[in-house]
Amino acid sequence: MENPEETKKTLPRWAVVTAFVVLLGFLGILGWGLKNAQQGPVKVGQPVPVFNLTTFDGQVVSTSDLKGKVIVVNFWASWCKPCEQEAAELEEAWQSYRESDQVYFFGVDYVDTETQAKKYIEKFNITYPNGPDLRTSISQLFRITGVPETYVIDKNGNLANAKIGPYESLAEIKQMIDPLISE
Amino acid sequence: MSQEKFAFHLDKNFTIGTIFLIFFILFVSTTMVFAQNGTPPTDNEVNAIAKDLYCPVCENTPLDVCPTVACAQWRDMIREKLTAGWSKEQISQYFVDQYGDRVLAEPPKRGFNWLVYVLPPIFFLGGCILVYKNLRKFKNQKPGVDSGNMDKNDPYMQEVEEALQLMNRKDQGN
Repeated sequence: MENPEETKKTLPRWAVVTAFVVLLGFLGILGWGLKNAQQGPVKVGQPVPVFNLTTFDGQVVSTSDLKGKVIVVNFWASWCKPCEQEAAELEEAWQSYRESDQVYFFGVDYVDTETQAKKYIEKFNITYPNGPDLRTSISQLFRITGVPETYVIDKNGNLANAKIGPYESLAEIKQMIDPLISE
Repeated sequence: MSQEKFAFHLDKNFTIGTIFLIFFILFVSTTMVFAQNGTPPTDNEVNAIAKDLYCPVCENTPLDVCPTVACAQWRDMIREKLTAGWSKEQISQYFVDQYGDRVLAEPPKRGFNWLVYVLPPIFFLGGCILVYKNLRKFKNQKPGVDSGNMDKNDPYMQEVEEALQLMNRKDQGN
């Protein structure tokens, strides 16, 4: 058994305080990291934070400039085979809404190389704004689990619905968007 | 006459063929020289950079051994940049700018990342100090029975003490 007085002699007060501060700080950072990790994706009905997309043409598009419009955010990559299934339908949908100026499409290219991404865009004749997910900031905001994933934001800036995986048809895409236009 | 014609024909064919062959050889050799001048980077050179990068799609798999299409494209990108004369640092920075810090095998020394570099040596040093102090304390301890916590009024302990003293005296007598 150790004499408590002896412990006091060997460990100065400042050392104990410092050790506790370091330990608490470490636990705090650990807790903060855990909280962030368990935060989960933006839920349906929740407001979507504003984000910018720099397109492959060099234009910067911000969601803050698109208030009052329905925004479709599609995450894709040139190496993603399932993305190819919905590419034509998404373009078709964009063409059908383009004139109305009530719906805006964003193509977010996730973890891809520019050369391959441009080839993909050309292959499927995609005309809506597309750009790389620089530093994966947009995908982290939505906490995507893979590609393709599509998020539809309503006119008030809240997440209306999310599609994990490719759309099966043009009708399915329209089914997600049409009710939001008439709101 | 016809033989002469035939000979001329042969010669003509031979000449055209020879010219074509010379052009072909020249073209091939030119192409080869061009390729050699371009000095495409070897797989080892590409992998030397790729081993320090991680693709976010395939977590915990270094880029040099990652089998996915996405990683193959990244390696092609490294090859392109090396061919263009980029340095390892420039290529790594390009990947960080495009895909974020998490592509790096070693986190950059800034912000909270410093903890990764600072905490382990601090804990190691703290541990060393503790071990050293305990060893010194152990060394300075006097040999013998520590009777500090013994209850002197306990009759059983008094008997043990007397027996021990008796044994000591006997030993000294011998």
